[in-house]
Amino acid sequence: MITYIQNNFPEIRSDLVQHLWLSLLPVVIGSVLALPLGYLAVRRRVFYQPVVNLGGIVYSIPSVALFALIPAVLGTGILSPLNVVVGLSLYTLALLTRTVADALISVQGQTTQAAFAMGFRPLRQLFGVELPMAVPVLFAGLRVATVANISLVSVGALVGAGGLGNLFTAGFQLGFIDPIVIGIVLSMLLAGLCDTGLVLLQRQLTPWTRTGSRA
Amino acid sequence: MQSKTRIGAIAAAVAMLLPLSACGSDPTSGGGTGDSSSPAIVIGSANFPENQLLAEMYSQALEAKGVKVTRKFNIGARELYLKALKEGSINMIPEYNGALLAALSQGGAIPAGVTTTDQVNGALKKVLPSGLEILKSSPAEDKDTLSVSAATAQKYSLKSIADLKPVASKLAVGAASEFKTRSQGLVGLKKEYGITFGSFKALDAGGPLTKTALTKNQIQVGNIFSTDSTIVTDHLVVLDDPKNLFAAQNITPVIEKSKVKGDVGSTIDAISAALTTKDLTKYLAEVAVDKKSYNTVAKEFLSANSLD
Amino acid sequence: MNVVAPVPMVNYLGYLLDGANWTLSGDASIPLRIGEHLEYTVLALVISTAIALPLGLLIGHTNRGAFIAITLGNLGRSLPTFGLVLLLVIWRGVGLAPLLGALVVLAIPPILAQTYAGIRSVDPTSVDAAVGMGMRPMQVLFHVEVPMALPLILSGLRSALLQVVATATVAAYAGLGGLGRLLIDGLNRLQYDQILAGAVLVAVLAIALDYLGATVEHAVVSPGVRERPGRRTRRSSTSESSPKETADSIS
Repeated sequence: MITYIQNNFPEIRSDLVQHLWLSLLPVVIGSVLALPLGYLAVRRRVFYQPVVNLGGIVYSIPSVALFALIPAVLGTGILSPLNVVVGLSLYTLALLTRTVADALISVQGQTTQAAFAMGFRPLRQLFGVELPMAVPVLFAGLRVATVANISLVSVGALVGAGGLGNLFTAGFQLGFIDPIVIGIVLSMLLAGLCDTGLVLLQRQLTPWTRTGSRA
Repeated sequence: MQSKTRIGAIAAAVAMLLPLSACGSDPTSGGGTGDSSSPAIVIGSANFPENQLLAEMYSQALEAKGVKVTRKFNIGARELYLKALKEGSINMIPEYNGALLAALSQGGAIPAGVTTTDQVNGALKKVLPSGLEILKSSPAEDKDTLSVSAATAQKYSLKSIADLKPVASKLAVGAASEFKTRSQGLVGLKKEYGITFGSFKALDAGGPLTKTALTKNQIQVGNIFSTDSTIVTDHLVVLDDPKNLFAAQNITPVIEKSKVKGDVGSTIDAISAALTTKDLTKYLAEVAVDKKSYNTVAKEFLSANSLD
Repeated sequence: MNVVAPVPMVNYLGYLLDGANWTLSGDASIPLRIGEHLEYTVLALVISTAIALPLGLLIGHTNRGAFIAITLGNLGRSLPTFGLVLLLVIWRGVGLAPLLGALVVLAIPPILAQTYAGIRSVDPTSVDAAVGMGMRPMQVLFHVEVPMALPLILSGLRSALLQVVATATVAAYAGLGGLGRLLIDGLNRLQYDQILAGAVLVAVLAIALDYLGATVEHAVVSPGVRERPGRRTRRSSTSESSPKETADSIS
């Protein structure tokens, strides 16, 4: 195991770096797009059910198929990492749109009514009151999306951009266990680190929850 | 109210499309830089170890000459990496001339009477997409084979692929999934030899799955590469190919014409010229059996032949 | 999906609509692939339930080892399923056992975590009342805790089911069958219509099985549990638990 790491250190490092940005960039893209969509689903409730259903359908498309079909639809190169980025962004968007909507619904109540009564405009109310209050629920979704993306990127190895998944296919072709185990361990460590990072960030964003019960 | 809903729906649709259109242009596929002396080059490889080892050898030799190399290894089957080559995602890949000719020829079969390396390469030059060219073929060969275990060979007295015909319906054949639809695969076996196997198992390109399945008798016939050292260690019997379905298979690099500048062509040709089939088997065993990295083994080859 | 689809996808429906692929036997048989896919799914779900359900009940009932349930749940989600399948196949060879091993490992965490959470969510006063009525521990568990925890237990089973259906596709890369065969073969041969057929079939199968799960859930959950006020606390946590369930289903 250690010999394998020594012999292949540069490859493992570049796989790790690729894994990181292939999984996190879609989280950013998906989140940015999910906010307006989720908001829309709350403001115009007719959209809520279609958004949830559409998200469910997107999620039930196997990732191999999604990654492989994207170049046929978008005309991207068949080996382009963008295929994986777009695919994972779609999954993240599907997941987080619902989370945003549910989070905004969950905070509606006396506080939002008070904000309304104080004369807050809708946008100010959204950014000043509703979103901060929704942070715990939003972050729950964000954590799930991040961890899911990190474990899914490896499938991209089948379409030329798989981060640590390259170690899986490399080991598989040669019948070696070492690279596969290294890939799994690193991928799980990465997921754990990113998850912890999000928890810490959430604490920074919601100082009022720190004195209360632990999350 | 209804028009509002519709506007909302359009907005939702537009928002869903945003990530797609924003990513419509692909920054990685550009490639062509202006530097004429040593162009940057993207080298690809198929998804089996030998091809990755070859790609690594060519990459290191080019890097030693100061060429900037980007590695896009382990792409997949020929169907996949030829597409990548045509669309410019990769600029060069180590190929096998016979298999490439079959893949590019009408009907997926090698034209009649084409058997020697020169004939194959001559035919290949005619069907190669414009913009691509083949460099010199190496004497090193790696053929697709149909191989069976010693026990199976004895049981059905098999020496050649033709011997399979009467018994094939009782046998399962294992190979990568593309083998089923290729002329140098089940399609050609049926056409040239009249063989229809009892079943086909989609496994891998001469990798551990095919070899394990063969030794465990889960399949009786396996598509193994002729350079595989387990043919000797596992006592596999390689069946003769009298109809030459799997024609000459010399290692032959395919490259984008615009990339053959400066030292590129001569460097690649020097590697191909130095490489023999024996070398290939030996160095491949260092990767597959001794678990050395492609990087290390490629370096060994280059320094043993003073090409580094 | 229809946002992405309009222009070229229609051209790729050939494989799905080709009657030759719908014969009941042979290599191209779609029904055969669906059958294999269902076989893997059901076997994996039965085995993982047999392991995770009693364990979850035990942990929930005794409230000992909760740490295990939570840690396993978190680890399970971060496990790259693709790597696990390949690892087990390299280790044990092509066959049903390594595939089932990987699927079971993936299905245990959601069942275990939700069973544990379900039992813990039962109102302690109900348990106290049952004990006060003289029920023995097993009676408390099966007559009070399990019926009241059923919605959460079943949601764990449903997310495990979705996860297994999706993961069984990646296993085709390791020389196994199922609907993933269409995806991997299509990818290797660059036949987009075959990939699309595989994608549509897996999605339809997942949605159909989930619908079946919802129907079962509706049928077996006691109306009293469904309607009781406790449901309000469940709903408020929906947004937190639902993405997890959905996320489990992709692979």
